[in-house]
Amino acid sequence: MARSSRLHQAEHRWALAFVAAPVLGYVLFTAYPVGFALYTSMTQWNGLGAMRFIGLDNYVRLFGDQYFWQSMGNTVFYMIGIPIGLALSLALAIGMNRAIPLRSMLRTVYYVPVISSLAAIAILWQWAYNGDFGLVNQFLAWFGIEGPNWLASTAWAKPAIVIMLIWKGLGYSMILYLAAIQSVPRSLYEAAELDGANGWQKFRTITLPMVRPVTFFLVVTQVIAGSQIFTEINIMTPTGGPEYSTASSVFHIWRQAFRYQDMGYGTAMAIMLGILILIITLVQFRLNQRNSFVLD
Amino acid sequence: MTEKSASSTASSDTTGATPGTGTTTDTTGTTPNTEATPSAGTAPVRTGHGAADTTPDTSPTETSPLNGGPTHPVGLPVARRLGRRAQGRIADWITFAVLAVGGVAMVAPLLWMFSTSLKTKTEVFALPPVWIPEIPQWETYVRMWENSYVLTGFQNSFIVATSVTVLGTITCSLAAFALAKLRLPGRNAIFVGLLTGIMIPFPTLMIPQFVMFSRIGWVDTLLPLIVPAIFGNVIVIFFLKQYLENVPNSIIEAAKIDGASYWQIFWRLIFPIIRPAVSAQFILWFMMVWNDYLAPILYLNTPERQTLQVVIANMNVQYATQRDYPLIMAASFVALLPILAVFLVFQRQIIESVALTGTKG
Repeated sequence: MARSSRLHQAEHRWALAFVAAPVLGYVLFTAYPVGFALYTSMTQWNGLGAMRFIGLDNYVRLFGDQYFWQSMGNTVFYMIGIPIGLALSLALAIGMNRAIPLRSMLRTVYYVPVISSLAAIAILWQWAYNGDFGLVNQFLAWFGIEGPNWLASTAWAKPAIVIMLIWKGLGYSMILYLAAIQSVPRSLYEAAELDGANGWQKFRTITLPMVRPVTFFLVVTQVIAGSQIFTEINIMTPTGGPEYSTASSVFHIWRQAFRYQDMGYGTAMAIMLGILILIITLVQFRLNQRNSFVLD
Repeated sequence: MTEKSASSTASSDTTGATPGTGTTTDTTGTTPNTEATPSAGTAPVRTGHGAADTTPDTSPTETSPLNGGPTHPVGLPVARRLGRRAQGRIADWITFAVLAVGGVAMVAPLLWMFSTSLKTKTEVFALPPVWIPEIPQWETYVRMWENSYVLTGFQNSFIVATSVTVLGTITCSLAAFALAKLRLPGRNAIFVGLLTGIMIPFPTLMIPQFVMFSRIGWVDTLLPLIVPAIFGNVIVIFFLKQYLENVPNSIIEAAKIDGASYWQIFWRLIFPIIRPAVSAQFILWFMMVWNDYLAPILYLNTPERQTLQVVIANMNVQYATQRDYPLIMAASFVALLPILAVFLVFQRQIIESVALTGTKG
């Protein structure tokens, strides 16, 4: 008995040593910064001098800051791309699941934008959206359409970025959907065929419910990622676009904190963003749970 | 799909990479179990594209030579009416045509980027547009290597990505081993605690982290990009732990009875078993770090200390005023190449592990 407990103690010590790094990392680079952020958000501070405690003033200021809300609105706008991208990639995955020629090559082609460096892609698309010499308008000109000067237009800058985001993300969702579709038992489709179901009915009643977990995963992760969109905005529209029409929340936070050295206010907005993301994610999980009960 | 490794490892304990061979997710397409042609008839091609715009004028006899690799449907169905099969064939070709048009849209911007990098400045601003440069200006690439920070950018990105992934993978594997297989009071609480970290987005942490690192004088060095990451990545720990759950405890107990130390058990027994999972996570992580942008632009000011992504972003600003788009496109194109090469080589594993992370989540 004594021996066994000594052995256990040795095991505890080793186990502790093995998890020490992530635990320490968590304390140093997550927990402590969160505490520090909570305090910073209640101060007025330029990052260097003394911090002046101002209570909740930063949060009050945030509610009246039209640029903050505008950047929030822009961020939400970009998420239009999520359902469009999901619908397109599900269609692609269904197509890829057929015995079509050059299948693996096509799959690779669709995946290339996913692995490509976002910075390089943003640079490419910024130039591609150039009003006179960009690829997009030169292509549209073939059909006699005169494209706008995309990124300089308050009306077109955001849609332009959404199109780019869909283009870049399509392959990723497609791969996940393809995996999900391939794991659907064939017998389900065969049974449905015996019952005389047509293609659309099979899609509605078998494919769509069977890929639901993937849809959920993609929606949750893409909403989380989408609420933190920054790189594309920073590169394609370095000033936040015409009349700040492309600035995202993280862009606005970054600008306040690192361009105008308004660290306290920037942190308050960053915390607000973190809370919003958390709430949205929890709501999604909740809805998902409720709907799957209906399904059963 | 979780029981895949259990059966293979139970029989022989130290055979190393056995679990990898049993990977059941079949997204690779190289060995598809799909018999899509026969039953699919008019089935799930509801792509929304009218499909009439691109008539499949290519004769169906061309099918077999184009089908590279073993993508054929395996067996022919016994009793199917010929009409349905022909219909399925046509639907396949329509699907192919639609997907191919989409594929062109996927690569066209990248090809245009490459072609722009080889144009003269006059050709870039020519109207009507010049699609393929008359004389490819390869000297742009020479100019890029000599006059810009692309080379140091490569070096810095390589230093960051390699040290993060190599050291980080070790810490993550050790932690996953302890959290999945070792006795530790409060083990689950520790794991759940670590998981709460994922819920806090980087933008919320970036300002306090920046202040912390600036106080110890790490701004304008690569350290803030490396050090936090080598303490481990919770998502990687999560997947390695999941993978390890399938390994039977008996083999660890057996090794203990044989007198192996915990370090030996990890290194000789566990690590070989989780190697397929580790390499998958390693590649994904490497790509993520390599392509990272927000943290590097916060910390790196001196041009020769910047990572590649920051270097090309700055070139984009600097050379746009000189209208030197060939140079910008050359640098961006070169920045894509390493990851593109890694992807093309490890395509199958990358796509497989991406599919796995998504379907497990």
